[in-house]
Amino acid sequence: MTPDNAAASVDRFTAADPLYRRRKAIDRAMTAVMFAAAGATVVPLALILFYLFRNGLGAINLDLFLLDPSAPGRGGGGVRSALVGSAIMVGLGTAIGTPVAIGCGVFLAEFGRNRAGTVLRFLVDVLAGIPSITVGLFVYGLIVLPARQFTAFAGAVALAIILIPILARITEEMMLLVPRSLREAAYALGAPHWMTVLRIVLPTAMPGIMTGLMLALARIAGEAAPLMFTALGNQFLSTDLFHAMDALPLRIFYFATGPYENWHQQAWAMSLVLVLFILGVSLLARTIVGSKVTVRQ
Amino acid sequence: MARKGTPVGVEAQRARIERTPLTGGANLGNLVFAGLMSVAAAVVGLLIFGLFWELTSRSLPSIQASGFGFLWGTTWDPPKGIFGAGTFIVGTLITAVAALVAASVVGVLVALFLVEVAPPAIARPISYVVELLAAIPSVVYGLWGVYVLGVFIRDHLGPWIDGSLGAFIPFFDGEPRITGIFSACIVLSIMILPTVMAVSRDVIAAVPGSQREGVLALGATRWEMIRTSVLPYARSGVMGAAILGLARAVGETLAVTLVIGNRVGIPHTIFDPAYTMASVIANQFTEVENEMHRSALLEVALVLLVMTFLINVVARLLVWRVTNGQRVTVQE
Repeated sequence: MTPDNAAASVDRFTAADPLYRRRKAIDRAMTAVMFAAAGATVVPLALILFYLFRNGLGAINLDLFLLDPSAPGRGGGGVRSALVGSAIMVGLGTAIGTPVAIGCGVFLAEFGRNRAGTVLRFLVDVLAGIPSITVGLFVYGLIVLPARQFTAFAGAVALAIILIPILARITEEMMLLVPRSLREAAYALGAPHWMTVLRIVLPTAMPGIMTGLMLALARIAGEAAPLMFTALGNQFLSTDLFHAMDALPLRIFYFATGPYENWHQQAWAMSLVLVLFILGVSLLARTIVGSKVTVRQ
Repeated sequence: MARKGTPVGVEAQRARIERTPLTGGANLGNLVFAGLMSVAAAVVGLLIFGLFWELTSRSLPSIQASGFGFLWGTTWDPPKGIFGAGTFIVGTLITAVAALVAASVVGVLVALFLVEVAPPAIARPISYVVELLAAIPSVVYGLWGVYVLGVFIRDHLGPWIDGSLGAFIPFFDGEPRITGIFSACIVLSIMILPTVMAVSRDVIAAVPGSQREGVLALGATRWEMIRTSVLPYARSGVMGAAILGLARAVGETLAVTLVIGNRVGIPHTIFDPAYTMASVIANQFTEVENEMHRSALLEVALVLLVMTFLINVVARLLVWRVTNGQRVTVQE
């Protein structure tokens, strides 16, 4: 190697080398692009929240919560029927879906280290990805058509089907995070498998599972597609599980597609209420997650 | 980790101790417990099977009447009983693929930013913002898409695109409206961004550190490291992430129903109204004109179900390959 070459190869990694400068410039440019992309994700959320408050806050008043929807074209009215309906169907859907979901999650965690478990895990993932409107039509064929009646019960079943894969997955993950030493201690004391799971593993995983439950609940509270052909919607207050029932997301959809100004305002107000509820529940779930960290260690 | 199928160590010890002669060698409580959990697991399997069974059997009249022509026929005339879902399938594919391209570019860049560049103090709030985007209900996106985004497109963005790009690219040359394919694409890309971002992030984080260190030791800059060692390693997983986003976009219902304009026909410009499979069901199912119309809409749902099922299967396999069977949590 001649002295000239040696000097050139040292130059290669200094600011004097044009190739090196170009590589640094590309690196900086791409870092800036990544920064910009991350910044861009904040824009839609900020815009949506801004308009929800701007258009929705003015229409939030006591009437909105205490009156039922007014007849088309007549101002006033509220969305009491939708609020009550959503509470009933989300509650019932959660009650139906939770035992199945937790059972499925426990099965995957405890008996799932084989081919059947792999297949079931895959099916759970696939079920989570199926469009919610096809779930609505499935329940329509399963319950609504045979009963010849749109029912709140059918709506709750549809919501439960949306909830099951989300919660089942989280249950399994949370149970696998429970340290083996806890199980081994239970076995050493002579506890059979079922008692170990029910008394030791599940309670330890419970904060994480509760988080999952709240996230799943927040998710189904915003679903309208599974309810369109099952609970249908109802402009009158109904608490009868075997009749059509209103729900907040459904009412937002009907009001948004309607031609009346006060409907649009109420749609914004309902959206604001719904989004604040969902974000609140998600935030609450996150604070519980804090204790998940202690489970993991 | 125990080998598949055969319990070893503590589990085997436990199983041996619990065996009792009364129940043929198994603990009764364990049997009941395993039985109950299996029932719950079976319910999930039955749900998938039931979905396909129910939709297939209910759409049988339409399948028999229209045959395979249903998939590419472009006439949808309920009173005359002519049903072809071709325009809906085209509308679905155009909006979903366009949204996917936009969401993938941004989503992968954000994922790279979170894993490779950002300090935790920045990465955490950004992750949180993206998770919040996933938590906003579809119908709220729709409302915002019509009354904020749609109006903006009609008054400002649309005329500008029409005037600049529309001058020489035919499908940009249209009359901007509040609702149409363009609005739908933008809303959809925002909605699937969380899916693409979250899965890409997990896949990129699963790339072994030695991959990065090797290239860095050779003197690569950070971007060269990402380009030559991180992205190639994560490629199939990132594709899986994108395809999972595609499945979401294909099945998205209410937001699209509100912003796409709902018209039967093949769109010619990006501002034209159209229908997707999900939006035609949402729009027409509660006011069907005859039994065949109902059956045809159920067949549209069946096509949609099969499509998203296949997309999901492909995506999961791709993601599993990169993360070595470790599961990736998806914000659905």
